[in-house]
Amino acid sequence: MNAASETPAVGYDTGELQTIVAARSLAGKRSCFIGVGRPSTAALLARMVHNPELVLVYESGTIGAKPYRVPLSIGDGELAQTADFVVSVPEMFNYWIGPGQVQVAFLGAAQVDRHANLNSTVIGDYDHPKTRLPGAGGAPEIATGCAEVVVIAPHGKRTFVEQLDFMTTRGEHTTLVITDLGVLEPRDGELTLTTLHPGVSVEDVQEATGWNLKLADKLAVSPEPTEHELSALRELVSR
Amino acid sequence: MHAMAQAVSLSEAIAETVHDGDSVALEGFTHLIPFAAGHEVLRQGRRELELIRMTPDLLYDQMIGVGAARKLVFSYGGNPGVGSLHRFRDVVEHGWPHPIEVEEHSHAGMANRYVAGASKLPFMVMRGYSGTDLVGHTNVKEVVCPFTGETLTAVPALNPDVSIVHAQEADRDGNVQLWGIPGVQKEAVLAATRSVVTVERIVDQLELRPGGVVIPGWVIDFVALAPGGSQPSYALGVTERDNDFYREWDVISRDRDQFTAWMEANVLGKVAA
Repeated sequence: MNAASETPAVGYDTGELQTIVAARSLAGKRSCFIGVGRPSTAALLARMVHNPELVLVYESGTIGAKPYRVPLSIGDGELAQTADFVVSVPEMFNYWIGPGQVQVAFLGAAQVDRHANLNSTVIGDYDHPKTRLPGAGGAPEIATGCAEVVVIAPHGKRTFVEQLDFMTTRGEHTTLVITDLGVLEPRDGELTLTTLHPGVSVEDVQEATGWNLKLADKLAVSPEPTEHELSALRELVSR
Repeated sequence: MHAMAQAVSLSEAIAETVHDGDSVALEGFTHLIPFAAGHEVLRQGRRELELIRMTPDLLYDQMIGVGAARKLVFSYGGNPGVGSLHRFRDVVEHGWPHPIEVEEHSHAGMANRYVAGASKLPFMVMRGYSGTDLVGHTNVKEVVCPFTGETLTAVPALNPDVSIVHAQEADRDGNVQLWGIPGVQKEAVLAATRSVVTVERIVDQLELRPGGVVIPGWVIDFVALAPGGSQPSYALGVTERDNDFYREWDVISRDRDQFTAWMEANVLGKVAA
């Protein structure tokens, strides 16, 4: 990497920054379980920029997938065609996820509470929901099987809530919550603001959080995306 | 043990196996979803079905939306990478076209329920569900390990009346091979009382592939030729996933009238294969 590629980039948006911060968290990791959307983009970016050996695991059974494009679904053909090997769904959960063979998991959710528990089931009452969400999928066992869980979510009061409408997934293995405003990490079992993205204030984050947010003694600021990171990300999503 | 699978038309295979009120699993995890068979079930007017599928996907959105279901058993009811399944949401949120019973699990739970079903065991044991709100809204129990004393979760066997899956090929004796993402298809077929496999092609002899899953003809009731039968899902090496249609479905399915008109024009009004 030359010096120019380390130059801070200009003109990025907060979503791009969130993806870039998530990709950085995969430096030095062995394997990562990913779903679709931003987590998938971040994991592919990590393979391009930080960690070419990173093993990507999709719940469809594709282990070591190396897709060129960001896949739309977790079962796109390119995932099976580029995987080191492909397993059945029972094998995926019983041999690989449950026993902790996959190190990191990227998860999203509609609601996150202060203990990083997640809701992806319903908004409102279970029997008469305001919004029926897709449901658990693989998340509950992924979140307890993988040693390190990274939650990627948009920061707002609808998402970061005092009380979940439904607890789909337990948060005790969560190591990072990466939002478009900053990074939260568990301290004594409670999510604590440890890092602000550039240009974001503590007040901005508190305003977007549905509980009285704990702050780390010393707040860090996320390094700006480098030209290298930003151009790699834009090239990836343009494929 | 029964005789080798019979090769029949899709309409005959469905007429012989699927009856009103049956529990029916049409499996295929994103890949090899048996759309043609599901559409034939709808054309034959089957109702009051207990529909079982890990990922309802567009197929069960369609089957629920036309009113074929009395119950849905599932673990992830979204349009993968796109968003909501609007017919599924409408039935849960507003009871349209009529209310249905819902039983939901995690993927690991559903996978293990099929494993128990295929094994002809009453349940499987796993770590999961505990400490979540799923426990109070689904059909699992705690079980204590007789060796270690650890409290684990028991998930009940799934033994559908009928399982239907799609594969790339069968030979003339009804032996089936599928490859790519294998999902839970083998487990679903072995767990079921009756089974149908639709295939892209029938060959003289299966050429075994690395990673291929073979299901022998003597555990299958009917094999039916249905080229393109998993579209807009796909059969690896034969058809491509129609990602554009998955996006279009988000628009088609949002509105009840538009959905109904689309189903009439593209599924119900078509002649059986």
